Amino acid sequence: MAPLTHPLSVCVRKKVFPAVGLRGEIHVLEDIAFEVESGSFVVITGPSGGGKTTLLNIIAGLDKDYEGKIDFGDSGADRLAYVFQSPRLLPWRTVYENIALVLPDGDPRIANIPELLERVGLKEATSAYPEMISLGMQRRAALARAFVLEPEFLLMDEPFVSLDDPTAQDLRELLVELWSRRPTTVLFVTHDRAEAVMLATRILRLSAGSASIAEDIPVSLSIADRSNRDKVQAERRRIFGDG
Amino acid sequence: MLQAVKAPAERIKVGRIGWSLGSLAVLVAIWEIAALIAASRYLPGPLAVVQVMVREAEAGELWVNITATLIRVAFSFVVAMFIGSAIGVALGRNPGADRFFDTWLIFFLNLPALVIIVLCYIWFGLTEVAAITAVAVNKIPNVAVTMREGTRSLSKDLEEMAQAYRFGWWKTLRHVTVPQLAPYFAAAARSGLALVWKIVLVVEAFGRSDGVGHQLNIAFQLFDVPMILAYALAFIIVVQIIEMVILQPLMARANKWRR
Repeated sequence: MAPLTHPLSVCVRKKVFPAVGLRGEIHVLEDIAFEVESGSFVVITGPSGGGKTTLLNIIAGLDKDYEGKIDFGDSGADRLAYVFQSPRLLPWRTVYENIALVLPDGDPRIANIPELLERVGLKEATSAYPEMISLGMQRRAALARAFVLEPEFLLMDEPFVSLDDPTAQDLRELLVELWSRRPTTVLFVTHDRAEAVMLATRILRLSAGSASIAEDIPVSLSIADRSNRDKVQAERRRIFGDG
Repeated sequence: MLQAVKAPAERIKVGRIGWSLGSLAVLVAIWEIAALIAASRYLPGPLAVVQVMVREAEAGELWVNITATLIRVAFSFVVAMFIGSAIGVALGRNPGADRFFDTWLIFFLNLPALVIIVLCYIWFGLTEVAAITAVAVNKIPNVAVTMREGTRSLSKDLEEMAQAYRFGWWKTLRHVTVPQLAPYFAAAARSGLALVWKIVLVVEAFGRSDGVGHQLNIAFQLFDVPMILAYALAFIIVVQIIEMVILQPLMARANKWRR
């Protein structure tokens, strides 16, 4: 069981994109406040263009232009990893170098890279350049880059979009496996309901328009149930009434 | 699999050298025929020119002058690339400064090379510093414009990635920024070298007492066409060697990650 502590509290009172040309200013986020328990897997869903990515960028500290406060508690945001919507690997560095680069020079975790690459199925591609491998493999490399940090907080922004279904499913199972091995607090953005149910211990649904939290739903699947399609389907029907 | 890709590339390379040699042979042939038809001392054939070149090389003159020119090229090239890149990156990062200095850049881009050379010699005297300054000032605006373009197109995505993973400024510069600017730097360097070669010769002809430009100026006063062509030929060969031995391998290395 995850201990009932709140290492992360998110409060975004207002986030506005300023007016550009004829377009007026856009209220992206309004009155978002939630706390995340240590070790939980929170999936954030909602309509596209609904400010989900903006919310992650704010939590990651990439976007500082907002009203509100992100509090990582005592743990601090030092061990934070972010898996973006596109893999965002450095094309001029090999798969191995891309992963090693997120660690400080001489860090002992560098020794874990070969094993991690093997686990994500990239052993053969260790010294390949990102443009020479498939998108699925690039996404695996991006996952490995996040996990090599052994992060306390893991932010993921639709990391499996534009992959064929078996590949995406494969990566989801890999993610569950990696997540269950090490207690990590995950914030995962997706608009795929099946994916949300399969991964989450808790689902936050953002409303349309200027987004605030519409629903906060706990998901009660065990780790083993998550690779069982029927159980995921049943839970999805319970939560969303579809599927 | 990677080895298999290499073989055709190798073949293409041989093919390209073959084409180069062929087209060069045609050029030499046309030259020879034109020289035969003209039968004038103002249009010597290829053989006569090569003889002059060998004679000059044996006398040592050729090397002294080419070395003097190369040193000037190296200095002004490095100065121009350094200052031009600094200006370009600064303008690319700072839209306000860019709006203001854009007009200056256009002014210097369109300032004729000859004007800069003459003014440098008048203001700073017929010195080595004036010569190198003149060449560098001619080149700086071009480098700045290219590097500004490169800086503007830096990927926001990768910058965010570096920030999220706390790369720090040195790691970001080395692994994220510099590799993105490298193609622009290479383009600036190549076009820059082509320009610097030419301007250095003019600068030498005007106010230096050695170098290929100076030698060409003397040959011009004597209407010594074989000498002019001999130096031109020697110079072209040296430039091509530098291109093949230094620039092309550097480019190939910088681009090996591309698909």
